Amino acid sequence: MQKFDTKVQYLKYQVLREVARHAWDDTLMESVLDIPKTIAPGPAPTMRCCVYKERAILAERMKLAMGGGSSDNIIQVIDIACDDCPAVGYEVTSSCRGCLAHRCESACKRGAISFDHHHEAHIDKAKCVECGMCAKVCPYSAIVNRKRPCQAACKIKAISIKEDNCAQIDDEACIQCGACVYQCPFGAITDRSYLINVIDMLKRSCDNSRYKVYALVAPAIGSQMAYAKLGQVIAGIKKLGFHTVVEAALGADMVAQTESRELVEKGFLTSSCCPAFVRYVKTAFPALTAHISHNQSPMATLAKYIKGRDKDAKIVFIGPCTAKKAEAQLADVKPYVDAVITFEELQALFDSRDIELNALEEDVLDNASYFGRIFARSGGLSDAVVEALKEEHMDGFSVKACVCDGIEECRAALLRKSKEALDANFIEGMACVSGCIGGAGNLTHGEKNKAAVDRYGREAMEKTIADAVSVLR
Amino acid sequence: MKITVCIGSSCHIKGSRLVVEQLQYLIAENKLGDEIELGGTFCMGKCQQGVCVMVDDQLFSVSPETVREFFEKNVKPKFA
Repeated sequence: MQKFDTKVQYLKYQVLREVARHAWDDTLMESVLDIPKTIAPGPAPTMRCCVYKERAILAERMKLAMGGGSSDNIIQVIDIACDDCPAVGYEVTSSCRGCLAHRCESACKRGAISFDHHHEAHIDKAKCVECGMCAKVCPYSAIVNRKRPCQAACKIKAISIKEDNCAQIDDEACIQCGACVYQCPFGAITDRSYLINVIDMLKRSCDNSRYKVYALVAPAIGSQMAYAKLGQVIAGIKKLGFHTVVEAALGADMVAQTESRELVEKGFLTSSCCPAFVRYVKTAFPALTAHISHNQSPMATLAKYIKGRDKDAKIVFIGPCTAKKAEAQLADVKPYVDAVITFEELQALFDSRDIELNALEEDVLDNASYFGRIFARSGGLSDAVVEALKEEHMDGFSVKACVCDGIEECRAALLRKSKEALDANFIEGMACVSGCIGGAGNLTHGEKNKAAVDRYGREAMEKTIADAVSVLR
Repeated sequence: MKITVCIGSSCHIKGSRLVVEQLQYLIAENKLGDEIELGGTFCMGKCQQGVCVMVDDQLFSVSPETVREFFEKNVKPKFA
């Protein structure tokens, strides 16, 4: 079964794997200049114009894989990898047959469409406002929108084009969701990695004798690495040297309970689990900041609990999320979470140690309830809050949730709320479409992933939130 | 006295939630709430012996069925 959706992910993975391999062996410093050559051996190029450009780009990828980069942002553009895609907007293609109907002309409210002597349509860019109505009505699909995939992916419009035609991220506006990372067909945008920090942490623990390294895995794991059994993935994580693996979904159970109480107390709330959403509210709708739930995210909540009992613990969050890497650097989260890596990076870690998941005996993972686990998909958080209220017999309060699937829907809901025109008392904000299973750090994104997470949820031993969190008292 | 119950996945599946609940009940029943600090930890590295329960520095293997017996034998006498 294929491990990745795209060849770009595979390329990024190869770099991470090689960096990890040398980091384990303490040979990273002397091999730094050789790694690009092992990935692009040449002499013929396989991706770009020549093997030297390929290697130059690989060297840039390595910088980010080793935690470096040109700015503090998690998401960064590799300038020399950017293909300067055309970004002309709506354009009439050669598929235009010069028909008689001229639906495009009628649809255009700005009068931007004219016809040449072959009756073929043309768009006057000075008049066009990129509404797309002409493209919608053309029976031959002859009008296309040539947008840069990165800009199309970035719904909050944090990507612009520099004078040299290369893409540029506005670090202030960027919410670190990673949508552009997954969508750029040239792999020119990527997320900075903390993989070597994790390897260092594992090595220095001396087999968890000096301190224990805990892996907190996000519930989206239920949809990932489908080529092996979940129990084998857990066994693999322990084989890497982690003391144990705990479900971040247990943190989600904890959050569902406290968040439902907070909702009743305040009457209106937005969720705070998705760090990209939280950052978006703070930067784009600062007036609504007070409505963000005061709960920390499930990751931070559970990490704090563990460190409260094991003060020397080191905590590594493994999930589908690039924004979590930024969350872990926030002042109120930093003391609890020591590093964040993605599932993509976990795969690279496994392969850097030649760990074949299919050959391992199954271990177990069971800390959370069904409700904590379904936080991984859109709608799950709202379901959990409703359940928590039911379990606490706060039936008098009725939750009217506005489930926002993706940052565009979040924006619409926040806009309505800022005008006091939102008919809801709870906003579930998830920056990625489908929720965490749509996150940029997943190996695969597919139709079946939601069903996979629900199935994983139903397999939980604890059926209620109260039962799952009762062990923590 | 400090009693730590393993709440890692393996012990959880073997019933650590029930062990915690019963210990809470037994501590209350014997009015030892001020004497005993009950806590949880994720994995003691002895998954085969679960549910692992640590009394100060001594490890015991307990199951939901044997909690009362464990408590009577290994905890209560220390406060007699």
